[in-house]
Amino acid sequence: MKQHLITDIKTNKNILGCYFMTVQNLGKFAKQIYLKGRNEMEKTGNPIMKAHSSEVEPEMFRVLTPDGEIIETIDGKIDKSLMLKMYESMLLLRTFDRKSINLQRQGRIGTYAPFEGQEASQAGSALALAAGDWMFPTYRDHGAAIIHGQELYRVFLYWMAHFDGSICPEGKRLLPPSVPIATQMLHAVGTAWASKIKGEKNVSIAYFGDGATSEGDFHEALNFAGVYKTPTIFFCQNNGYAISVPFEKQSASKTISQRAAAYDIHGVRVDGNDIFAVWMTVKEAVERALKGEGPTLIEAITFRYGAHTTADNPNIYRDQDEISTFWRENRDPITRLRKYLNKEGHWNEEQEELVLKQFNELIDAHLKKAEGYPKSDPLEMFNHVYAEESWHLKEQKQELNQFLKKGGKK
Amino acid sequence: MMGKNLTMLQAITEALDQMLGNDDRVMILGEDIGVNGGVFRSTEGLYEKYGNDRVVDTPLAESGIIGSAIGLALNGMLPIVEIQFLAFIYPGFEQLVSHAARMRYRTRGQFGVPLVIRTPYGAGIRGPELHSESVETFFAHTPGLKVVAPSNPYDAKGLLISALEDPDPVIFWNRLNCIGLLRKKFPTKCTEYQSVKQKWSRRKRSDHFCMGAMLREALNATKKIEAEKGWKCEVVDLRTLYPLDRDTIVQSIKKTGRALIVHEAHKTAGLGAEIISIINDEALIYLKAPIKRVTGFDVPVPPFTIEDHYLPTVDRVKQGIVETISF
Ligand SMILES: Cc1ncc(C[n+]2csc(CCOP(=O)(O)OP(=O)(O)O)c2C)c(N)n1
Ligand SMILES: [Mg+2]
Repeated sequence: MKQHLITDIKTNKNILGCYFMTVQNLGKFAKQIYLKGRNEMEKTGNPIMKAHSSEVEPEMFRVLTPDGEIIETIDGKIDKSLMLKMYESMLLLRTFDRKSINLQRQGRIGTYAPFEGQEASQAGSALALAAGDWMFPTYRDHGAAIIHGQELYRVFLYWMAHFDGSICPEGKRLLPPSVPIATQMLHAVGTAWASKIKGEKNVSIAYFGDGATSEGDFHEALNFAGVYKTPTIFFCQNNGYAISVPFEKQSASKTISQRAAAYDIHGVRVDGNDIFAVWMTVKEAVERALKGEGPTLIEAITFRYGAHTTADNPNIYRDQDEISTFWRENRDPITRLRKYLNKEGHWNEEQEELVLKQFNELIDAHLKKAEGYPKSDPLEMFNHVYAEESWHLKEQKQELNQFLKKGGKK
Repeated sequence: MMGKNLTMLQAITEALDQMLGNDDRVMILGEDIGVNGGVFRSTEGLYEKYGNDRVVDTPLAESGIIGSAIGLALNGMLPIVEIQFLAFIYPGFEQLVSHAARMRYRTRGQFGVPLVIRTPYGAGIRGPELHSESVETFFAHTPGLKVVAPSNPYDAKGLLISALEDPDPVIFWNRLNCIGLLRKKFPTKCTEYQSVKQKWSRRKRSDHFCMGAMLREALNATKKIEAEKGWKCEVVDLRTLYPLDRDTIVQSIKKTGRALIVHEAHKTAGLGAEIISIINDEALIYLKAPIKRVTGFDVPVPPFTIEDHYLPTVDRVKQGIVETISF
């Protein structure tokens, strides 16, 4: 099995010197992407955002190029303070994600689903929401959940398999991560529908992956949202794969956003590693939704550097390190914004050091809180099955209680 | 008879390999079963050997998989479907229950659906939410489906081959946490498994009934009881959950007069209730004690830090045996 790259968060360069990459030692697949990108770069000055196949890349909305150049106007939309918030949000998420992977390796949390590489999609979309908006994440979207207000220690608790890891922060509308693929999308239709009926000014956002677009629930959700013109945002992070299955095996559609046309709803394809573009796209979708113009399907093109989960070995089905290296070096969402901020004089080394230090401390404090959190009592499994406990659950709870009291072993 | 040791997982892969090799109509469909070899590695090497027309990485859609497998089966193919985890079968439930199970009935025997659905089930692997379910009752409540749950590699191979040869849809369950654990001496030739097919569900011995991985808890508990108290118990490994092996159940009761039923599924309307009912109908007068059940509780399987408390454990089974025998 191949060793994984360890990448320095500050420089985004591989720490293992032996993994120095040149185009000569890229695998066939990564090379194809690389060469495509290079050709494109020669033509347009930009590496294409070719996601994961060798076909011609369909258009996508982009604001900030991988070189840190602005190609669309952001005036009056994104100011310096928002930029810094975006940047820091992504740094926080990346630091959290890496910490979690390490914790899993040390056996301090269970199987974990990483998202490194997708920070612009998650942070950018969540930052475009208002505090009262409904959010329906999947198992991979705790990044978005954190930006929307979920506390870090609760996210740790979730991966530690603690009941309280699914609790929504006070006053928020954040549902527990959905594990069954695509199912939560319909809920985001329902909450948005109710908001519309009640005249409440909020939107509902559902997160999902490229694989999810094959499920019936995806199509039903788009259709319902179209019929009832609900203020729903369908936010797809197309990271090119559903576990081992690349998108070209998932569907004959060239893009996911084109599906919107079939339901006569609004659809946008956006560079998911460009946080400006993601933020502006979601912001616009929110505005349209609040004006009563209905749902939007957003396809954010991105890539996850790590495995599907810590229980998965991607080297079986793709050249993980090589493709990741390519994306890290050419498309990284954090690097690209840092380049821009540096150029504008908005950000420097010292700030970065300081913020990273603060984030590490913050994360450690939350970890401490999570690890010191009272363990789940086995008897808790009987609570909240119904609003009112019925006789049979009372009896079964009693039975387990007595068994445990007698020193019965689990 | 040649002997070799196989794990549950190896037994399943070997059965799939033989079936693909023996019959061109056999296809395997599922999520991540091709290039990746399955998330539990049960199709490892088969994609390379048989190609992507026969070992098919499908789109992520269980209704799509089961629904199109029904069509494939109607038109002469022999699809074997893998559902990644039992709880992810739900999007395909409609296809399974409303069509696969009823096709023969509705067409008055004209069209059958020789379909095998293989899915891992059960708690105890420290899995995330919805990776630990044991909901056999949904399927065992559906006329037209057959449900099997082998407890060991030998039965796994035999039952899988038998399932494929069966003209009706069969759901084949393998318990998650015994995939790599149990080993059993194996004959090498496929034909040796015919006995399993003929005796679709034969028993071991009995004073309590259990299924799949619960066999391990049951055997451990009976061993301990025998050592501590000198009481001998028979253990019946049900193997087929629908239809149930009524004769074996009844014979065992006639012999022992007592029964304890162990399953990890929820208690209410679980298979245990059905077994008690069979005993009630067929062997009530032989009973010397009320029949007990040691089961999962009537709650969603809780997060893995406390899932062991949800499951029937050796200790809980032991306690059940003591209560049943000392009644
Ligand atoms: C209904 C259902 N089927 C199968 C699974 C198993 N599974 C978990 S994640 C996954 C792939 C999802 O891919 P994608 O939607 O692209 O999201 P990503 O993991 O890439 O973020 C699969 C097949 C599941 N959780 N739910
Ligand atoms: Mg994906």
